[in-house]
Amino acid sequence: MDKKISDRSWKEKLFGQKSRTAVANGFIYVVLAVLGVLWILPIVYLLYTAFRVTPDTGIINSLFPKDLQLGFGNFVELFRQTENRKYLLWFGNTLLVATCSCAITTLFILMVSYAFSRMRFKMRRPLMNVMLILGMFPGFMSMIAVYFILKAVGLLNSLFALILVYSAGAALSYYICKGFFDTLPRSLEEAAILDGASQIVVFFKVTLPLAKPIIVYTILTSFIAPWCDFIFVNTIINDVNKYTLALGLYRMINAGPASFDENFTVFCAGATIVGALISALFIAMQKYYVEDVTGGAVK
Amino acid sequence: MNKVKSAFCRFGNSVKEFFAGEDSIFRRIGRKVKRAVLAVWHGSLATKLSCLVMGLGQAMRGQIVKGILYFLVEVAFVLFLVFFGGNYIGQIFSGHLGLNADSEEVWNPVTGVYEFVKGDNSFLILLYGVVSLIMLALFIGIWVLNVRGNLENDGIIKEGGKVATFKQDCSKFLNKKFYIPLLVLPLLGLLIFTVMPLIFMILIAFTNYDYQHTPPGKLFDWVGFANFGNLLSIGGSGFFLVFLRVLAWTLIWAFFATFTNYFFGMIIALMINKKGIKLKKLWRTMFVIAIAVPQFVTLMLMNKILDDQGILNVILGTNIHWLTDMNNAAIIPRITIIVVNMWIGIPYTLLMCSGILMNIPAELYEAARLDGANPWQLFRSITLPYMLQVTGPYLITQFVGNINNFNVIWLLTKGGPIDLGNYTNNAQATDLLVTWLYRLTTGDNPQYNIASVIGIIVFIICAALSLITYNRSNAVKNEEDFQ
Repeated sequence: MDKKISDRSWKEKLFGQKSRTAVANGFIYVVLAVLGVLWILPIVYLLYTAFRVTPDTGIINSLFPKDLQLGFGNFVELFRQTENRKYLLWFGNTLLVATCSCAITTLFILMVSYAFSRMRFKMRRPLMNVMLILGMFPGFMSMIAVYFILKAVGLLNSLFALILVYSAGAALSYYICKGFFDTLPRSLEEAAILDGASQIVVFFKVTLPLAKPIIVYTILTSFIAPWCDFIFVNTIINDVNKYTLALGLYRMINAGPASFDENFTVFCAGATIVGALISALFIAMQKYYVEDVTGGAVK
Repeated sequence: MNKVKSAFCRFGNSVKEFFAGEDSIFRRIGRKVKRAVLAVWHGSLATKLSCLVMGLGQAMRGQIVKGILYFLVEVAFVLFLVFFGGNYIGQIFSGHLGLNADSEEVWNPVTGVYEFVKGDNSFLILLYGVVSLIMLALFIGIWVLNVRGNLENDGIIKEGGKVATFKQDCSKFLNKKFYIPLLVLPLLGLLIFTVMPLIFMILIAFTNYDYQHTPPGKLFDWVGFANFGNLLSIGGSGFFLVFLRVLAWTLIWAFFATFTNYFFGMIIALMINKKGIKLKKLWRTMFVIAIAVPQFVTLMLMNKILDDQGILNVILGTNIHWLTDMNNAAIIPRITIIVVNMWIGIPYTLLMCSGILMNIPAELYEAARLDGANPWQLFRSITLPYMLQVTGPYLITQFVGNINNFNVIWLLTKGGPIDLGNYTNNAQATDLLVTWLYRLTTGDNPQYNIASVIGIIVFIICAALSLITYNRSNAVKNEEDFQ
């Protein structure tokens, strides 16, 4: 210990407190700049490739070829339908699935959260425990069984099945919403009940208006999910007309050995659009998420 | 460590208590059944009749609509049992999942023609058997409700009251029993698309359902614990070593993925939040922008960047197989995966840590600095303990999440490279348990039975870890304290 202190005073004599912090800060600036660039580079590469129009869209083996052209050519190409690439159709499919499953999911989560947070009944604890346990099984385990069940009822290759399955699992992710309901004051509800309101009136007229931030949060998260999931879609959908965007993009560059060479720049254009869309939603969500949801949970 | 141990002990004890204690589940059920049987025995005629013909008791007391509904449920269930379910339930308990796999033409002496008889399909027998058993359970539940309703009516009549009208019953569902309409649809969804598939897959673990026994055309059958035996044995069809390799990598991956993200995220957050650093917002945005791109897009892009002929090798002028090198237990792909995962995960940790770091009381640092602590000591004795205290449960959930982190592995390496020397049963060098499971169920040579066993193992690992979190976090215990 003694040695350390003397060590320090020696250093202090040499550099002085102020210049020492300046050196430390300079070091931090360098590290942050290097890391920051590392973090941004892949995104820059994505955008660069999306806007890069080379005479043929062949594999990119040099960053700055001589005949480099930039422009919107890839986006034009993206929206041109071919046999294996139907971006607009996929976009529509995803929008449909996302909208429907988002509506049902949000409703389900709100219903389950209200029941578990506000009502007391005998099966409440056991149900919550069972749902906790169900959540611990890996999702992929039941996926193949779901596939066979859908096959048995003839629902393979249908967007309806996607909506069904996305919404059916919704109840398992009620935790955040219930936590939020738990923090809402009960006095208003009790007053309403004293005034003769029934539970259903309390649910719709008292609790839901107070829960706006969590509703927005739930809507956005459940809306984004179908845009990002490709594993389940990959399992149950095999018809190019029924692809969602995530699966479509995945297949664009993973369909065969040649698909990557042919489609990579167009893929980047497609990915840029999805990225922009989800970023916009994210920014919208950020506001509610940071300010209200966590604020409510900590209170 | 002791805490963990005691958590397990407590859990073990409560399980023992649950099944074998003074107040075990069996005794409780036994008492309940005894009480119910006695109540029905001493109950009115209406109650006794309702045990056989559901709804009759209610109808006798003027609850016509309710009675009809109950009766319809019973009729529907009996029809279901006779024409569909009964057969499958019988086959499930017969000890064999079908006897004759081949479709054939059979001479029918009554009609005098050859009739086409479809072969048994073990898969459908098991699937429909599970469906039928769940229907049976639901029916028993409704039956109990029916009898209980009658007993309640008995009580009301004994006290000279009037049984509830249909309207009163309905309004109850919007009031005191509002939780029933709230929960019925979400739980039904869970039952059909989560519980049923899970039960089905768990049962598969006790069969020999693989690519050699794929219906239609071939049968599979119960094999007891043979799959679990294979899992734990070496040689022959045992694959213990492969399993251990995959399990070890899964745990190593989960450990590094969790802690690299955690520590580097925290360090970057500390650097950005340090006093005197300017442009804080710019630095933070540079990292957080990575979250904006959907994970699967990033991963597919990374996969192409790191390709053998990808842009990274072009720029560096090297020929490193970032994702496909097999040497030294595929050490290069493994490191690559963890590094790419840092790129994805650190922004999230950064966001989380920034908030918590600002909450650490500044006086602590002041006092320590006055005592002459250097930055490393400050970090080690104040920041780190504080962070670990606050984010302990988060770390465990992250760890569990990483054990199940399918996307990163699948989109980067697909579990590869293929290493036939060290891996059998479809496993590959960077497979996690879940990606292995996925390939076992969707690949060219599916082995559903082994996939199912692996799924159960993953469940056990995750459940054990979650149990620790659950026991340690106060949020669960003090649920009512928010108010």
